[in-house]
Order: sequence, then structure tokens, then C-alpha cells
Amino acid sequence: MIAPAILPARGAGDRLTGLFWRRPAVLVALLILPPLLWLGVIYLGALAALLLQSFYAIDEFSGIVVPEFTLKTYAELLRAQNLDIILRTALMAAAVTLASAVLAFPIAYYAARYARGGWKAAFYLGVMLPLWSSYLVKVYAWKLILAKEGILGWAASATGTGFLIDGLLAIPGFEGSSLSTSPFGTFLVFTYVWLPYMILPMQAALERVPASMLEASADLGATRAQTFRTVVLPLALPGVIAGSIFTFSLTLGDYIIPQIVGNSANFIGMAVYQLQGTAGNIPLAAAFAVVPIVIMLAYLWLAKKAGAFDAL
Amino acid sequence: MTVAVEFHSVSRHFGPIRAVDGVDLAIEEGSFFAMLGPSGSGKTTCLRLISGFEKPSSGTIRIFGEDVSDTPPNRRNVNTVFQDYALFPHMNVRDNVAYGLMVKGMRRTERLAQAEEMLALVKLEGYGDRKPAQLSGGQRQRVALARALVNRPRVLLLDEPLGALDLKLREAMQDELKALQIRLGLTFVFVTHDQHEALSMADRLAVFNEGKIAQIGTPQEIYDRPRTRFVADFVGSSNVLPPALTRALGGPEAWSSLRPEAVRLVGAGPVTGTVTALRYLGSGTRVMLDTDDGTGIAALVPAGQPLPEEGARVALAFDPAALHVMEGAP
Repeated sequence: MIAPAILPARGAGDRLTGLFWRRPAVLVALLILPPLLWLGVIYLGALAALLLQSFYAIDEFSGIVVPEFTLKTYAELLRAQNLDIILRTALMAAAVTLASAVLAFPIAYYAARYARGGWKAAFYLGVMLPLWSSYLVKVYAWKLILAKEGILGWAASATGTGFLIDGLLAIPGFEGSSLSTSPFGTFLVFTYVWLPYMILPMQAALERVPASMLEASADLGATRAQTFRTVVLPLALPGVIAGSIFTFSLTLGDYIIPQIVGNSANFIGMAVYQLQGTAGNIPLAAAFAVVPIVIMLAYLWLAKKAGAFDAL
Repeated sequence: MTVAVEFHSVSRHFGPIRAVDGVDLAIEEGSFFAMLGPSGSGKTTCLRLISGFEKPSSGTIRIFGEDVSDTPPNRRNVNTVFQDYALFPHMNVRDNVAYGLMVKGMRRTERLAQAEEMLALVKLEGYGDRKPAQLSGGQRQRVALARALVNRPRVLLLDEPLGALDLKLREAMQDELKALQIRLGLTFVFVTHDQHEALSMADRLAVFNEGKIAQIGTPQEIYDRPRTRFVADFVGSSNVLPPALTRALGGPEAWSSLRPEAVRLVGAGPVTGTVTALRYLGSGTRVMLDTDDGTGIAALVPAGQPLPEEGARVALAFDPAALHVMEGAP
């Protein structure tokens, strides 16, 4: 028997496939409608509500939010004590991002270029494993590690290197009775907690740089340092930027780590937490929440201007 | 004559795989040398040994007399045109071409001027501001060529550079490459798996098989007098005759090769066969036949001459001088 040239539909699923083939837009619409609703209504809607709140102000006597447009809250945001919080948070986020990038690059480079088979699996496990345990557990564990009686202090006194920690804690800006109460401790914990978010996009970007590109550079006479600067870094930059968006914005918004480790100086996240909770000043909390958004937009704009996305 | 590249019993083993196995070879300065072989035959590894991306497991490589065992790629005055071109996607064409001069510290205005000059040489004037992604395959290939040539290398290595181009463009580039090589007087080392390309462009060529050089010589030597069955099979469309058939045709009892254009089809003779297929080639027709002992033979019948029909019984005749007995068989 000769098979027919056109096969009949094999049921409802097959007819649906036919519909999608005739009208590809239907499939696309079906696929993106739920996430679009989620993003558009719940996510962007909430963000808009937040923005709106920041243009209201609180009545100083009654403590009630007055739903009238005013820039009073933003004027309040720009007070010296609040600017202090913003500057401290931004500096911390920048330092954490920089340190993460420097630490992550060799790891990501090794994983992308040299790790094969079992070593690659070990890399992914090693990077992801810390993400599987609770964030709070990790932060408290670090508090113990960094405490005066912690393993670091113990190891330092046992090896007679306690002067290193003391010296570190004497640096202006890092003062504290121990690492766990010093801003340097806050920095260490931030860097530890967010490092995987830098490694993974970096590794993905480096993996996309073909090996022949590096060979071509060496072939044309470049030293390893020149190849790194002129070929590897520009091509990996989108990944570095993606990673830095994570580390930067996660640090900007976090309110738990600076509460547990460090000298309890206020960060943006803590300010938001206090303002919307105990102080009940929702408009100022909203204005504070707008700051990271503005910083990130400025950062992305600068990165784009600097040509960070040219290789995309 | 100066020897540009010299291999002295060079081997490169990857674990149990002998990618290159005891290769001796000398490439003369100013010559167009082709390395021909099927994939996995070791030709590309040989090229990478010259550029320095592979180190020999044993043996020595000399470039213009100097042992390069401890010389990294960036300090060898040898440049490569890569198979995938490996152009830097984040730089425009001009910066790509000027790259080698930049890393050597040449001033910007000077290196860009030289890059422009080189772009003119490969007929890409006015393309300097484009990104590689905006070019066609053939244009990218020229940029890769210009980027290598701008450094004035002593030896230019080409790793299957024409493989990704369509037939028409490939033929045009073959002519251009050959003309460029003669004009610049440079030593070109060209890796290819395309026998026509190797035969038509090279002054000398090495045929690789399983990590070893099966034969080395001029295109004519290799085409006319293949040393082994492998060479005869791979390089030519030559017929390879087993010892019994060679003997039946009046030769010694050894493997031999016979070019299709030397075979004539006649009514009667010592060896007969059946026509199995006809392939029209334009300039003639290739007649495929099976001899009675089961050997496949191709005969090229020039246009205008009478053709047998499929299934017809024919006998073979040929000019005895055309029968080449191979020494190194099988």
C-alpha cells in the first residue's frame, strides 16, 4: 500500500500544532501572556505604586500620609544624615562588586577555559552549594567566624598574627572591637554571599569567547597581558556587567547583613525597613527605595556609554 | 635556497593518539607548500606546531634555522589565517588589521595607515569602519589575510582558509592567493583536504595519512607517480590496480595506478569488464566499469568519441607508459 502524501491529524494536540504552524503569533502570545501579566501588573504595577508613594509626604503631627503630590519627601531624603546612608551603601556596593569581580574572574576563567567533565561539575557544585543553605545561617556563621573568640581570631593568636587583624581594625573606616563589628566584616560577608552571582554570568560570558580568538591574538604577537586587556576583557565585559548588576543591586537593597555583622551603621535597606515599620513613614521609605533604581539606571547608562555592550 | 621551516622527526602525541608521528620535512623559502590529507591525518597539528600552539612530544622544529622548541607563538614571526578567521568581533575591520602592529607598540596613525594599505592589497578599501559581523564570508577571509600579512611574517600559515566559501568564490580566492604569494615572495604553508586546491596552488605538497607523510613532492610527481595506494586513492581520481590485474595488463606483480584519461575502451584485450555507469562531465564522460575479477575502473572518454552503453562488455587498452607501479604499496 502506498502511504498518503498528506497525513491526517492525530488528535487534538496535532490540530493545535497545525494552528500554531499557521499562526505562529498565537503560540508566542500564549507563551508570553502569563509572564507579561505577572511582570506588567504585579511587578511594574507595584513599582509604580512605590514611585507614587515617594511623591506623597507624611503629616508631621498626625503621622498620616497625605495623598498630594509634593517633593517634600525628596527634600527630606537629601538631608545630610540620609545622604550619609546613601553614600555608605553605594560605597559598600561598589567595593563588594569590585572585590567580587576580582575574586570571580580567575575562577570563572578556569571553569570556562580549562575545566572539563568532572571538574566542571565540581565547579558548578562548588559555586552553587553555598546558595542551597539558608542565607541567615551563612550570615550568622560568618558572625561567629569573625567574632573576637571566633576561628579567625583564634588562628591569628595561635600563629602570632593577631597584629594583622588589629592593624586592619585600626584603619580609619574599619574601626571595630573585632572583625564582626567592623565595616570590613560587613564587606567580607557581602562579598562571600554575593560572589556566586558574579561568577556564573562571568563564566557564561567567558565560555562564549572562542579559543581561536585567544590564539589569533597570540599569533599576532600579543603577550598574555595584552590578550587579556584587548580581547578577553572586552568580550567578557557583558558578563562582568551582568554579574556586577547582581552584586551591586543586591548589596544596595540588603538590610540583614549590615544589621548582624558590622557597626550597625545604617544602610539603605535598613533605613527602608525602619521607615516603613517602626517610623511608619512610607513616603520616605519609598523615596529611599527609589535610590537604588536611580543608581542602577545611571550605572547601566554609563556602562553602555563606555561601550560595555558593543560585543553583544 | 634557504629552508624556511624544517621538521626533524617531529611527533605530537595526545595520550595514545599519534596525531603527528615522526615527520621530517623541509619547506623552502618563498614556496607555496600545501599539506594535504583527510581530517585527522595530522596536517592541522603540523601547522599548529609551526605556529607554536602545539609543542612537539619529540623532535625539533626549526624556523629559518632557529630551534623554536622554547619560543611561544607571540615571539614567532609567523602568522596564521585561521579556519574560522577568528576576527575580533568588538573591533572594526581597520583595528582588526592593525592589531598585530598595535601590540608591538606602533603609533596609532602609522599603524592605521599601514592597515589601510593592507586592506587595499586585499581589495577592501573603504571597509575599515565596518564590524566583522557586517561582512560576507569572502570579505572576512580577506580581512583575516590582511591582518596576518600586515605583520610582514616570514611564513604565512593558512588553515583551510577557503573551506567555508562557495565554489565560485573559492576558485577566485585560489587565484588571488597564488598571485599574492608570488607578488610578495612569501613562504605560504597551506592546509587543505581538497586535492584540486593543493594540486593547483602548491609548488610542493605533502600528503598526510595517520600522522605520517605518505608522500612529498611537486603536484605533478604526486599525481603521476603516487608512491602508495593511499596517495593514489586520495589525490587522484586514479584507478588503483591490485597486483594480479597489473600482471594481467603486462606489468609486474605489484600494486599500480592508472589515470582514467589513459584508459581506452576497445573490443578485445586481455582484461575485460562490464560497464556499470556513465557520468557526463562536460569535457568528456567518465565510464565506470567492473573488470571480471571485480576491480572498479574508471575511464575518461573525451567528448565526441563513441560511448559504450551501460551493461556493455568492453576490453581495456592503455599506453604502457601510463601504468605507474607503486613502490610503497599497499
